[in-house]
Amino acid sequence: MEAIAQYGTILLVLTVAFGFFMAWGVGANDVANAMGTSVGAQAITIKQAIIIAMVFEFAGAYLAGGEVTGTIRKGIVDPELLAETPDLLVYGMMAALLAAATWLLVATTFGWPVSTTHSIVGAIVGFASVGISVDAVKWAKVAEIAASWIVSPVIAGTASFLLFMSVRRFIFAAPDPYIAAKRLVPIYIFMVGFVVSMVTLTKGLKHVGLVISFQESLVYAVGCAGVITAIGALIIRQLKVSERDDPTRRVEGVFAILMIFTACSMAFAHGSNDVANAIGPVAAVYGVIDSGGLVAQTSSTPPWILLLGGVGILAGLALYGYRVMATIGKHITELTPSSGFAAELAAATTVVVASGFSLPVSTTHTLVGGVLGVGLARGISALNLRVVGTIFLSWLVTLPAGAVLAIVFFYIFRWIFSV
Amino acid sequence: MREKSRPVLVRLFGKSPITPLQKHMEVSRQAAAALLPFMHAVIAEDWPEAETHADLIYAREADADELKRSIRVGMPRSIFSPFSRSDLLELLDVQDKIPNAAQDIAGLMLGRKATVPPAVAQSLIEFLETSVQATQLAAEALDKLDDLIETGFLGREVTEVESLVVGLGEIEHKTDLIQRQVRAELFAVERDLHAIDVMFLYRVIDWIGQLADEAERVGNRLLYLISK
Repeated sequence: MEAIAQYGTILLVLTVAFGFFMAWGVGANDVANAMGTSVGAQAITIKQAIIIAMVFEFAGAYLAGGEVTGTIRKGIVDPELLAETPDLLVYGMMAALLAAATWLLVATTFGWPVSTTHSIVGAIVGFASVGISVDAVKWAKVAEIAASWIVSPVIAGTASFLLFMSVRRFIFAAPDPYIAAKRLVPIYIFMVGFVVSMVTLTKGLKHVGLVISFQESLVYAVGCAGVITAIGALIIRQLKVSERDDPTRRVEGVFAILMIFTACSMAFAHGSNDVANAIGPVAAVYGVIDSGGLVAQTSSTPPWILLLGGVGILAGLALYGYRVMATIGKHITELTPSSGFAAELAAATTVVVASGFSLPVSTTHTLVGGVLGVGLARGISALNLRVVGTIFLSWLVTLPAGAVLAIVFFYIFRWIFSV
Repeated sequence: MREKSRPVLVRLFGKSPITPLQKHMEVSRQAAAALLPFMHAVIAEDWPEAETHADLIYAREADADELKRSIRVGMPRSIFSPFSRSDLLELLDVQDKIPNAAQDIAGLMLGRKATVPPAVAQSLIEFLETSVQATQLAAEALDKLDDLIETGFLGREVTEVESLVVGLGEIEHKTDLIQRQVRAELFAVERDLHAIDVMFLYRVIDWIGQLADEAERVGNRLLYLISK
C-alpha cells in the first residue's frame, strides 16, 4: 500500500515504458503478418501497406480497442481479491508486460511463431495464480479465451472457404468473369464495411463517450458500409483494363481493389484486438495508481493509454515492421488477389467480431486459418501443413514460458519496491 | 533469411509442386524437339552435326532425371495441394518417358550410324514433326495449371485445357496414321536394305510414335488431375 504512495510515479513511468516496448513488438511483428497478404498478392505496395496500417491500426486501437483492453485489464484477474493488496496487481501487471515482451524477443530471435496475445495472457495467468492465489484467476474467462484461440482460426477458415467458393461459383464460372467481378466485388466491400462499422458502433464508441442503441447502430453501420461501397464502386468504375489482358488478369485487377479495402479492415481488426496486449496492463496499473491505491473496476480505459498503444504500434511498424512485411510480401507469391482477399476478409471480420466480444485472439493464427480455408477450396498450389503443428507447439510453449517469466519478474518487483 | 526465422505466414506457403513439374515438362519438350535437327543430320549422314544434337538431347534427359529426383524428394506428405500427391507423381512418371524415348532414339541411331533410306526420309521427318508437336501441346496444357488453381477449376480456363487435350488426342491419331504410312514405305523397300538396319529402323519408328503416345497420356493425366 505504502509502495504505491511512495513509488507511484516511478511505477507508472516504468509500466508505460514496458507497455510502449510491448506495443513496439506488436507493431514490429504482427502488423507485418496482417498486411503481408495484401503485399504478397501484389494488390498494394509496401509503402501503401504501411500508410494503410498507420491509419487503420490506429483507428482500430482507438475506436474498437477498448473491449479487449478491458479483458486484459480486469477480465483475467479478479480485482476484488486484490482490493486489499493493490500493489500486487501493479507488480503483477508490470511483470506480465515485461515477461511477454521478453518472451516475444526470445521467440522472434529463434523464429518461433508465437503470438503476443498468448504471451500476455499466459503471463497474467502466471503471476496471478502463483504470485497471488489460484482463486485470483477467473478460470471461466480464461477457458473462454483459450477456446477462442481454437475457434477463431476455424471460423476464419470456414468463412474464407465459403468466400472463395462464392468467387469461383459466381465470378470465375460466369460467362464473362470480368463483368461478374465488377458487379459482385462491391458486395464484398459492403460486407467489409458493415462488419467493421457495426463492431465499432456497438462496442467501440462507448469508450469514446458515445452511446448508441443497437438499432441505431445497425442503421448507421448500413449507412457507413453504403458510403464505403460507393467509394469502392467508383474506384472500380475508373479501373482501366487493356483488351490485350487475358480475362483472368482483368478479374484480378478488380480483386486488387477489393484487397485495398480488406487490407484496411485487417489493419483495423488487428489494432482493435492486439493493442490491448500492450496497453491492457498499463490501464490496470494506471487505474490503481491514479485512484491512490484503489483497484478501480468501473472506470473505462483513458484515451491517452489507447493513444500510447497506437503510437507504439506505429513506431514498431515504421522502424522494423516494414522489413518483415517486405519478407512476407516477397515470399507469399502464391496468393492472388482473388484468393488473398478471401483469407484476409475472413480473418479481419473474425478478429473484429472477437474484439467486439472482448476476446483477445491471435490475428496471425486467425489469418493462417483463413489461408488454410482457401487451400481447402483448392485455391493455393501448396500449403505446408507442418506450420499448423508449429503453431500448436508454440501455444504449448508460450503459455508456460510467459507464466514462468512473469512469476520471476513479479517476485523481483515485489522485492525491489517493498524494501 | 533462414527457413526457421521466416514469418509463420511465409512458412505456411509451401513450394508449388506444379512449377517443377512444368519445368520437367519443358526440359522433356526440349529433348524431343532436338530430335528434329538430329534427324535431319542423320538423313544427311552428317555425323558430327548429329552428335552435337544428340549431346543436347542427352543433357536434357539428364536435366529431366535430376528434376524428377528432386520433385520426388521435395513432395513430402505434409504438403497440402489441390492435387493429390500420387496423381502428380504418376504424371511425372509419364512425362519422364518423353526425354527417355528421345534419348533412346538418338542413342540408337547415332550408335549404329543408322542410315535412313531416301524413300522413307520425308515421311519419317513428318512423323517426327507431328510427334514433337504433340509434346509441345502437352507442355502448353501443363502451363495452364496455375491459371486453373487461380480460377478454381471452373470456366474458360478449364475449357481451354480441355480443348488442348482434345487437340492432343487428334495429333496422336494423326501420328498413328503417318506411322502406318512410314511403315508401309519402309516395307516396300526393306528387301533391298540390310536386315538388321531395317529391324532397328522399325524400332525407331515405334519410339517416335511413343513420344506422341506419352504426350497424349500427359494430357489425359492432366484432365484426371483437374476433374478431382
